[in-house]
Amino acid sequence: MVKGSPRPKAANKRWTPRARRDAWVFLALALPNLLLIAFFTYRPLFVNMYYSTLDWTLGSMDATVVGLGNYIEFFTSGDAPAVLGATAIFTAATVGGSMVLGLLVAVALNQKVPGRTIARSAVFAPYVLSGVGVGMVWLFIFDPVYGALAWMLRGVGLASPQWINDPNLALAMVIIVYVWKNLGYCAVVYLAGLQSMPQDVLEAAALDGAGALRRFWFISFPLLSPTTFFLLITTLLSSLQAFDIIKIMTPTGNGTGTLIFESYLQAFGAYNRAGYSAAISVVLFVLLLVMTGLQLRFVERKVHYA
Amino acid sequence: MSTQTAESSDERATRFDPDGGAPPSGSQGDSRDRPLSWRNLARTAATGYLPLLLATLVVVAPLGWMVLSSLKAPGEIITTSLSVLPHSPTLDNYAQAATTVPFARFFLNSVVVTVIGSTIKCVLAVLTAYALVFVNFPFKKAIFLAILVALMVPPQVSVLPNYIFIAGLDGLNTYWGIILPGLGTAFGTFLLRQHFLTLPASILEAAEIDGAGHFRRLWQVVVPISGPSIATVALVTIVGEWNDYIWPLIVTDRPEMMTLPVGLTLLANSDSTSQAWGVLMAGAVIVIIPILVVFAALQRFIVDGLTQGSVTG
Repeated sequence: MVKGSPRPKAANKRWTPRARRDAWVFLALALPNLLLIAFFTYRPLFVNMYYSTLDWTLGSMDATVVGLGNYIEFFTSGDAPAVLGATAIFTAATVGGSMVLGLLVAVALNQKVPGRTIARSAVFAPYVLSGVGVGMVWLFIFDPVYGALAWMLRGVGLASPQWINDPNLALAMVIIVYVWKNLGYCAVVYLAGLQSMPQDVLEAAALDGAGALRRFWFISFPLLSPTTFFLLITTLLSSLQAFDIIKIMTPTGNGTGTLIFESYLQAFGAYNRAGYSAAISVVLFVLLLVMTGLQLRFVERKVHYA
Repeated sequence: MSTQTAESSDERATRFDPDGGAPPSGSQGDSRDRPLSWRNLARTAATGYLPLLLATLVVVAPLGWMVLSSLKAPGEIITTSLSVLPHSPTLDNYAQAATTVPFARFFLNSVVVTVIGSTIKCVLAVLTAYALVFVNFPFKKAIFLAILVALMVPPQVSVLPNYIFIAGLDGLNTYWGIILPGLGTAFGTFLLRQHFLTLPASILEAAEIDGAGHFRRLWQVVVPISGPSIATVALVTIVGEWNDYIWPLIVTDRPEMMTLPVGLTLLANSDSTSQAWGVLMAGAVIVIIPILVVFAALQRFIVDGLTQGSVTG
């Protein structure tokens, strides 16, 4: 194991002149970044917890302390079922959708045919594009009168549904677009997993007469389980943070009020309810904390940091 | 996932290579004797090309539709008898987008924010990663853990407190207000640290024996041999800054300070373009195409960077 430092540590005497000089060098190099992270990433977590105890209109000077009032309101009004329900459906559908489709695309990409490198790039491309731009393009495609989808549906004699006005369809619409944008990520990660697969096992199974489907289901898929777990955690985390597509496609959150979007709408939408928004952020953060715990354990096992 | 497979596919396991040999496909075993028979060609087309073509089409079609629609006259879009290609391609939609909202200014703002933000972030990432790997300090493990955790805290959760802070300093509608809160970089630090750990210690020892201090070792030894990793961090950072939405959306409300994604929202909300899809597609093209070009040219670094963590180890 290569140690982090190229030279042996000064074992016992910590604050030798040399150690002291090193400490100053360390601080000079790392402190700006560490302070920025502490101030703009960690501090807000605690500030949010404070804000969440206030009844406070954004922009106003006075706020009243309401303790857990915002949380009580969230969980006893109709908001919690609606918001948590939308979050659960959006997260489950996008994680499941992009992983299953990503795996299928990865299998398709994992063949010796010319052009697969280009196909791989094309499939990955939407992942790096602006969610706002992508959302706008799909909004046009979903347009019930002039959209390409309505045109295709007319071709087979169907009328286009009102994607934006119906809350359920609006949620389905943002799920479809989110999966479209993110499945390339899953595909490329799965492809890397498939390509590091022990070929001798697969060949042995083929010699024993196992067909392609059986080889995939009984050998490849189980061997991919570390990749599957990695993707499950990373796509869960990013789905819970999805904002751009939801905001541009359904600006007022009709049926698409996930935790992150509802928190935005409460503070910066029509209501200016900063305290209530902060409470929703804290709920989201607690949810993320649980998953971060899982992720950390995984990273620890996976990347062997010193 | 590479540990148990290291012997059978050593290079591919450690570094993902798109051009590396693919494992034999399912049909090869029984078709080795007559590879060019019609049956085999048909099977290759059906199982090999068709899924690939389909996947590529599903991704490319909406983007192609965006570009084609942006070149169409309004009459070709507000119609129920669609044609795929524009009859007489026109840039009118772009002109109208630019007169409805200050698109040139959005573009400039996006460039300024992306260039300044990414440059500072990359420098900070290099410095912090070097310190974490090569400089002795008592609490390095705890610090690295804090960075790892920060990697998983979504910026969206910190939006409200940061907004209050920046607003309190009169930072709304300023470049520094847009850039500052996002400058701390956990991702770049993490990625470069993982790379620096793989550098051969002997090179740095030699430099140290030659009397090179930390700053010379950093700039003359570590940085020059870490080009690809730094490029990866730079490109992923550039993509992230360019596409960043929620923070610029909240911190700007004057059009002359908006970035492209925020400006596209403004365009969508303005009355004269509410259903003018051609104009909106022109706006989407301006937001999307620059990153698409960067991605097409340098995709190896970007894909590597964004899928990092899945293939390390």
